[in-house]
Amino acid sequence: MQVERRTIREPLGDRVFMTILYILMTLVTLAVLYPLIYIVSSSFSSPSAVSSGQVWLWPVDPSIDGYRTVFRNDQVLTGYMNSAFYAIVGTAISVTLTVMIAYPLSKKTFYGRGPIMMFITFTMLFTGGLIPTYMVVKALGLIDTRWALLLPNAIFVWQVIIARTFFQASIPQELNEAAEIDGCSDLKFISSVIIPLSKPILAVLALVYAVAQWNAYFDALIYLKSQSLFPLQLILRSILIMGNATGTIDASEMARRTELVNLMKYSLIVVASLPVIAIYPFVQRYFVQGMLIGSVKG
Amino acid sequence: MKRHWQLYLLIIPPVLYFLIFKYIPMANTILAFKSYNVTQGIWGSQWAGTKYFEMFFNNPAFFTLIKNTLVISFYQLAVGFPIPILLALALHEVRNARFKKTVQLITYAPYFISTVVMVSMIILFLSPRLGLVNTVTEALGLEAVNYLGKPGWFRSIYVFSDVWQTAGYSAVIYLAALAGVDPSLYEAAKVDGASRLQKIRNVDLPGIMPAAVIILILSVGNIMAIGFEKMYLLQNPLNLATSEIISTYVYKIGLLQSNYSFATAVGLFNSVINLILLLFVNAMARRVSDTSLW
Repeated sequence: MQVERRTIREPLGDRVFMTILYILMTLVTLAVLYPLIYIVSSSFSSPSAVSSGQVWLWPVDPSIDGYRTVFRNDQVLTGYMNSAFYAIVGTAISVTLTVMIAYPLSKKTFYGRGPIMMFITFTMLFTGGLIPTYMVVKALGLIDTRWALLLPNAIFVWQVIIARTFFQASIPQELNEAAEIDGCSDLKFISSVIIPLSKPILAVLALVYAVAQWNAYFDALIYLKSQSLFPLQLILRSILIMGNATGTIDASEMARRTELVNLMKYSLIVVASLPVIAIYPFVQRYFVQGMLIGSVKG
Repeated sequence: MKRHWQLYLLIIPPVLYFLIFKYIPMANTILAFKSYNVTQGIWGSQWAGTKYFEMFFNNPAFFTLIKNTLVISFYQLAVGFPIPILLALALHEVRNARFKKTVQLITYAPYFISTVVMVSMIILFLSPRLGLVNTVTEALGLEAVNYLGKPGWFRSIYVFSDVWQTAGYSAVIYLAALAGVDPSLYEAAKVDGASRLQKIRNVDLPGIMPAAVIILILSVGNIMAIGFEKMYLLQNPLNLATSEIISTYVYKIGLLQSNYSFATAVGLFNSVINLILLLFVNAMARRVSDTSLW
């Protein structure tokens, strides 16, 4: 009887341990969640409720004034369009270049594979630094052009490693041999066999590059001067961090101005983060897969 | 070689990318040893020897910059390295799949918030007048504090906001390592009557050790490369005493003041120290455990 009980129920110590663990994890999760809820709730509250600190958990005196102000702001709209452009075009360029180098490097019969791999990974260990890179971009005439955000950081070495590992692990060698016997060229083989078989890794690459491009501000900060080219993040910086919301509110609202500017910040945060956060639950597994593929030594 | 000519054609654009945007900048670091003159360009400018390095070492800001960079990095490492491990170990114990999935989904989410938004959130929450933190402080009858204006608070704000943002993401790699632990080890632990804590110590911890060592090497190798992006945005004139680090300094003297040679020298110094640290830690790791980067 006693033996039976021990196998079914955990010892008291373990049960206490697990209870504490569940409580702690619940608290940690709430601590991560709370700031996010607070931001969203504030963004849907009225200007005066936010400014007088009445919001704790749910929206107080619900209104969409904040969002109205955001969508009436030309800077924000231009930034949104620009960021969409950079994310789409940049991702296309980055994924293409990454596959172009990762696939050849995945082939054991590719002569020069080792040295080229070294050539690439060394750039992870040592970089020229800010000014020397800036000089190159300047010499190429890319300063204050859209190319400055698309080219200088187009390839992430880590993504090359992930893609290469995927190609090595999941493209059967026999397929390649069969294709070669049939006289299929490498390019034909890539377009008709590799690409269709590599949809999961292409999804991982596209997501990583798109999120990075959407969230980046540094390259724009150093390379761009014209406001018409600014990505959303740079606009956010000027409004949210430097507090330059001038010209965003019309005269009739002057009285509520300060309150509205404050509320608008919350709405702006939601609007800017929405594209990424909204797709995240559906693509989380791809991100996790990407990390796991990369962690297998190739 | 002839057989794969198309593949060689294919790698030309990516290889050019690395040459142009990664290797030419490395060659450009020669700028650190020259007095840059716009009309003569990098290669035509006069040699300056180690003038700019001496200028940096003799600069009154030198020690502050090194100290700020190192202190915040080690602080970040000391807090940011163990927390994802603890989170992964705890998540691994959970048998309720739904609970586990929810916790993972939520803790992973902040990773996708951009640096600009993250810093904006910090500023909004800590604002002395309207921020949530100070509203609570005042409700408790205490005085409001301008946290971001106090050099003493800066490091903790930086480090803990980073933990908030990345712990869930970093835990994934350890969870994967835990999933790969040989199930017979757990059975053996059960047969031996090990408690959950004993099982964690003797089975789980050794299971994630290789992953932890790799992450540790990479983190130490990045000690001097601590992110410019977040630091720069969090800076304000009041907290500069602790928030000015090498990368923000390079940006200011280089791009804002156009002092190219000096900024390149400071940046090169930083990169070299970083590389040395990485090689050193990797060698150490290879000696004490069997895991290393290469």
